[in-house]
Amino acid sequence: MERMKVLAEWSYTPVQSRLGYTRETIWLGLGKGDGDYRFEKRPVSDDMIDKFIGGRGFGLRLLWDAVTPDTKWNDPENEIVISGGPICGITQYPGAGKCYSVFLSPLTEQTYNSNAGGYFAPLLKFSGFDALELQGKSNVEVVIFIDGDNGRVQILESNIKDDKNAYTVTEYLHEYFAEDEKDKKNISVVSSGEAAAYTYWGCMNFSFYDPRRKVARLKQAGRGGGGTVLHDKNVLALVVKMSHVSGTSTGPADTTTLSRVGSKLHKEIRDFDDVQCRMRTVGTAHLNEIMNDYDLLPVHNYKFGRHKDIANIHSDEYTKRFAQGMPDGCWYGCSLSCAKATPPFRLATGPWKGREVIVDGPEYETAAGLGSNIGVFDPEWTIEANFYADHYGIDTISLGTGIAFVCECYGLGLITRENTGGLELNFGNKADIMELIHRMALGADEFSRTVALGTRRMKKLFAEKYGADRRVMEDIAMEGQGLEASEYRCQESIAQWGGYFLTLKGPQHDEAWLIFMDMVNKQLPTFEDKAEALFYFPNFRLWFSLVGLCKLPWNDIEPEDNHTKYKGIDAAKVPEHVQNYVDIYNAVTGKNVTKDDLITMSERVYNFERIFNLRMGKGKRTDHNCPNRGLGPVFEDEWNVRPEYFDGKLKEAGVEPDGMNVREKIAKLQEYRRGQWEHLVDAVYKRRGWNRNGIPTLETVRRLGIDYPDVVELLEKNLKPEDAF
Amino acid sequence: MIKVNGEEIPWHEGMTVQNILDAKNFTFRMISVWINENPVERRENYNSTPVPDGAEVEVVHMMSGG
Repeated sequence: MERMKVLAEWSYTPVQSRLGYTRETIWLGLGKGDGDYRFEKRPVSDDMIDKFIGGRGFGLRLLWDAVTPDTKWNDPENEIVISGGPICGITQYPGAGKCYSVFLSPLTEQTYNSNAGGYFAPLLKFSGFDALELQGKSNVEVVIFIDGDNGRVQILESNIKDDKNAYTVTEYLHEYFAEDEKDKKNISVVSSGEAAAYTYWGCMNFSFYDPRRKVARLKQAGRGGGGTVLHDKNVLALVVKMSHVSGTSTGPADTTTLSRVGSKLHKEIRDFDDVQCRMRTVGTAHLNEIMNDYDLLPVHNYKFGRHKDIANIHSDEYTKRFAQGMPDGCWYGCSLSCAKATPPFRLATGPWKGREVIVDGPEYETAAGLGSNIGVFDPEWTIEANFYADHYGIDTISLGTGIAFVCECYGLGLITRENTGGLELNFGNKADIMELIHRMALGADEFSRTVALGTRRMKKLFAEKYGADRRVMEDIAMEGQGLEASEYRCQESIAQWGGYFLTLKGPQHDEAWLIFMDMVNKQLPTFEDKAEALFYFPNFRLWFSLVGLCKLPWNDIEPEDNHTKYKGIDAAKVPEHVQNYVDIYNAVTGKNVTKDDLITMSERVYNFERIFNLRMGKGKRTDHNCPNRGLGPVFEDEWNVRPEYFDGKLKEAGVEPDGMNVREKIAKLQEYRRGQWEHLVDAVYKRRGWNRNGIPTLETVRRLGIDYPDVVELLEKNLKPEDAF
Repeated sequence: MIKVNGEEIPWHEGMTVQNILDAKNFTFRMISVWINENPVERRENYNSTPVPDGAEVEVVHMMSGG
């Protein structure tokens, strides 16, 4: 194997993690296209640990210091900061290998945080670093190698010239840096793919080596364009290697408690997963038919919530296609094992046509986004699209939602075959949609390069280049803050309008998923109730991103008696699992926090992130917008699938539908719901301690202890008396 | 009549929890059912648990998604 040329090298003495922290980060400077490579070890202050905890919190704090209000995503000053958090790397409790990446996003032009499983963050910590900052732009394509075993960091000139897609790069680098087959599991690679050169949907693929299948597996920090930023820095891959991993590598204060709490959850998973979510057999794809049953499955760009062909993509169909009986955790000790993969799968299209590959997923979001939402009800096709999206480095969620928008535009005649380079992009036209994906990877033509810039830019460019009706596109494009919505239909849940569109980074489901609670259970009858849920759940879920945990073991498995011991919203919080988190956090760090403290820890970072976005020229009420398709039907065919239901909704709004045609009814319902949206925005802002313009108040930042001088100065410039509640 | 999550639905003799779930198409596995403030123990009891006329039934779906 040809060795790569060492462009720069730096040695350091790795510090062992103690109480969850090494208290050191590494800054890697790639220069400004001038080959000026630099390395710096930076101390972690007490304030950083106390206020920002780790993971996403560390990422935001470090990025704040690295950029200015004028920094753009493709400026050298932009960073990718990768960090796990204090709990990241424990092996006693499931889901403890999560990695958080923070950067200025090409899609949203503000901060973004994206998470993935895989081994990178734990191995980075055990190599001596609580976080990695990557800044600058290299003048040649590089591979960065952090060798925790030998206390050495190398910047290498990449020798991969032909196929720079993720599976190729990852397999090669596991082979390149491993001493033998057994050593491959001690390596984790972060890469994107060739599409990252053209798309703002570039994802980062985080690897772990699967010794049973003898392949590198990929988990995606998919959203927000982190892979695009990585490519812009001319970094083909980041690699970390660390051979010494044990259950005490984090240096926990209380191993006995970790083992006790972990054992309890392992037992729950073993005893109840088969009758609860079946994560071990099908992963999150267990939701496919459930979402259909509740009219929540996105079909044809979110127009409809169910489809007659649902049986084709039923979770049983995916269960049959996933290898069973394999311990599919993406970090040691995760018995929930949701990282499903296919047996060898023969590709039918593209550059690897005819080759057999192992495909990770599809998870629910991909099964719906590259399935029902684009009118495809064919698991084999979706598995292939999933493979190529990962391989090319494209986020499957934005890809699915973006193509759904394209298909609807095509069906409406807003764009034509002349514009699309000859592709017929009707919903369900599998061959031409797959061809579009392949073209996007190569930046093959103007149309595929336009689509690859994301839905917000498509609206503008379709109007400018092709004369498409901008008003119609604004109605139907399911994006917020520049990010494509993930794969749930939120129209009939007012709380979920907020769960999607009153978020920090755009309509991604990792803040709050309140649809059942609001729409089905009817537990949030008032705007104040909805606002309370939109305060608690985003903050609770944010906590996982501070400490390095996966959300799934929180509520995709429950204690046997959770549903009888607790009632209503209390049950939804899964109190015993929340106590588990308190216990393991204290057991790792030696601290003594309570359940309430978890929320305060998150609230601090939540508000800091909001203020960061204000600093970048966003973060105001105008940036929180919900498209009409998110609020209700836009076209008559959407209304006509459930006319009695929607007539009933008008009556609830005090509007008598008799005598109105469907267009008039749609207009009335949209008008009413737009008013409700504004009520919701006010209620949520008030509960979060923000003003009417969506800006955290001075009182809020003082209460949370994040009243740093530059934060206060920024707020004083932007808080207006007329916006106060 | 009975109420399910605040909505009135007709009651019939011999009505069980499972009848309600079927009628409402509540297929999600992660639910808790309470009748007149009393929890119903396990899913396997839904077929055999009667629902009295006038009952207030809560069928709480746990949070899901993502």
